[in-house]
Amino acid sequence: MESDGELLLRLRSGDERAFTSLVERYHDPMLRLAASFVPSRAVAEEVVQDTWLALLRGLGGFEGRSSLKTWLFSILVNQARKTGTREHRSVPVADPEPAVDPSRFGASGGWADPPEHWIEAAEGRMQAGKLAHRVRAWIEDLPGRQREVVLLRDVEGMSSQEVCTVLAISDVNQRVLLHRGRSRLRQLFEDEFRGEAR
Amino acid sequence: MRLPGVLRGRDVICQRAVELVTDYLEGTLSRSARRRFESHLAVCPHCTEYLAQMRETISLTGRLAPEDLTPQMRDEFVELYRRWTAEQQ
Repeated sequence: MESDGELLLRLRSGDERAFTSLVERYHDPMLRLAASFVPSRAVAEEVVQDTWLALLRGLGGFEGRSSLKTWLFSILVNQARKTGTREHRSVPVADPEPAVDPSRFGASGGWADPPEHWIEAAEGRMQAGKLAHRVRAWIEDLPGRQREVVLLRDVEGMSSQEVCTVLAISDVNQRVLLHRGRSRLRQLFEDEFRGEAR
Repeated sequence: MRLPGVLRGRDVICQRAVELVTDYLEGTLSRSARRRFESHLAVCPHCTEYLAQMRETISLTGRLAPEDLTPQMRDEFVELYRRWTAEQQ
């Protein structure tokens, strides 16, 4: 697969197919991220389209100090925030939201109801192509800020620094949101495969 | 974070360990906190399993592939690009 940098070079020299390759690569992830900010799919699609136009317009000014991906997602988040009418439930960092239901621990803080095994079962179903759509749905159900961080960090594989840049949040905030989002997803995997393991 | 009394001590117990997993994986624990966390894992199979499940969660999430564009959307983007280049002339 061609790197983003190579596609960018070709795009700058006016190669239409470089543009469609980038769209193939990033349209879907951008749509999913935009959906977290705005009230409807239609609005999310507009935001993404505006972002592609902004990319084309900004091509000349892009200095490559950040990766193309970071740049693209930053434009997207700015567009989405300008457009977004969905109220982000504010999640104060100090607000405790335990990773695991406290009732699963005894009075001394040790596991009373320990984690059930599910890794092999999940691997099997993922490789059979029957799990990805469930995981997609779980991510979509995460509270907005957690969803954004999980999409960028774990689905798109960006670094924490890149995620902080794109979402304009602090490192600590990023980590708290990531922790909550991942913890919630882990619980959903456990629920999904409860009773299926050895 | 306001945590129940049982979580405030220096000892890593399970209910605290599950809250440290992300900091551990991100490499943001202090060296001593990291050591305490790992000492707990060494004696706690449940928390070891929990950490493995968090790693698996990250791995599974990282394997979601973007959905393909529909041919119609592809055409729309080609159109968008051509309109834009025409405007540049």
